[in-house]
Amino acid sequence: MEWRWEFAIEILPRMLWATGNTLLAAGAGYAIAMVVGLILMFGQQTPYRVVNIVVRELVEFVRSTPLLVQLFFVFFVAPQFGVTLSAWTSAMLTIGLHFGTYLSEVYRGALEGVPKSQWEACRALNFSTVYTYRRVILPQAFPIALPGMGNYLVGIFKDTPLLATIGVAELMHTANALGAETYRYLEPYTMVGAIFLIISLPTALGLRRLEAAVARHQGKLNH
Amino acid sequence: MNYWEFLIQYLPKMASGAVMTVSVMICALLLAVTISIIFGLMRITNSKPIQGVAFVYIEFFRGTSLLVQLYWIYYVLPLMGLTLSPFMSGVIALGLNFGAYGAEVVRGGIQAVPKAQWEAALALNFSSKQRIRRIIIPQTFTIILPPAANLTVELLKATALVALITVVDLMFVAKQLNATTWLSAQVFGTALLVYYAMARFALIPFLRWLEVLAARKVGKS
Repeated sequence: MEWRWEFAIEILPRMLWATGNTLLAAGAGYAIAMVVGLILMFGQQTPYRVVNIVVRELVEFVRSTPLLVQLFFVFFVAPQFGVTLSAWTSAMLTIGLHFGTYLSEVYRGALEGVPKSQWEACRALNFSTVYTYRRVILPQAFPIALPGMGNYLVGIFKDTPLLATIGVAELMHTANALGAETYRYLEPYTMVGAIFLIISLPTALGLRRLEAAVARHQGKLNH
Repeated sequence: MNYWEFLIQYLPKMASGAVMTVSVMICALLLAVTISIIFGLMRITNSKPIQGVAFVYIEFFRGTSLLVQLYWIYYVLPLMGLTLSPFMSGVIALGLNFGAYGAEVVRGGIQAVPKAQWEAALALNFSSKQRIRRIIIPQTFTIILPPAANLTVELLKATALVALITVVDLMFVAKQLNATTWLSAQVFGTALLVYYAMARFALIPFLRWLEVLAARKVGKS
């Protein structure tokens, strides 16, 4: 089978429209995951040991099981309990929880990366907890968290093709549909790969630049 | 049907799926490790063209999605005259994809061995073969094992994707049972538990043991 440019150009509008959905899914999923990550991190630092242990085990469980199985679990199990979730809702819930557990680890690592003496100094200066977090701890934790957060942004983006399996109309889903309609799989699948490359490579590069810029900015603040 | 009856009736079927999951994982792991070492070393040679080839390979496979690579190998390659079985397609896609991530781990690990170690080995008049085998590789091991262990757990999880190209693994069996019994909570819940057990009680303890072993070998325990 040979590559046909006319066909590639003909399907391009539909592919680009689906790319929009892919980006939407990745963006919304990431936003949810960032919030879930915060909740899961603080859920492990409560004064109640039982809560901490339960949240910790939940994080371990979600992190060591495949996203694909979780996706099917949420999508098919909810109706058994009388709640019908749309493909989009299931997808956002699953991605939010799955990557939320990863982000909670990134947050935790970043907070632990700030030296203890910073807390002690703030205590000595009689800063409030909120003020300490806002002006001292978070500005220092942010550059530590940034590489991990960036990796998972790209990670979510690259995992969005899985959403096609429950019927979210993103890139992979559209490529499957085009293949089924036209019996041509070469162009749709190759274009999906190319579009992913075109988006993820510059994003990764941009994130690295951002890290460098933040590190430089921090250096100025510290001196 | 309560959950025990469900387990008695369907667990053997899911177990056979789990065996397939493990075999896909082991084959893909062997391929990924080989690729990681080759391309990791290519990234740190002095030759620019070799470095370039490795760079393009790594960025290509890290930049596109695993599922896209899997579909491409399984559905598009046959159009070009290369037909692979579902199992082979799955192993190759997983191996190529994780090999790209692993190559970066290998590169980082070798570069993380302090320069002074190379210099000291040189000063002690070690041959270059001795230097690599006795000084650099053992230290590289302890550095790359933790990130490599993470990747291995990711690989186990990623094997679930081969169900989408009809490899009869745990995920595939779960999907099949779901379609015939409609006991979604039991089916997918059990699948999640089996994946969890494989990772938490078999793979992760084994990898930790390897890390401890490697650390002891270089006197860092």
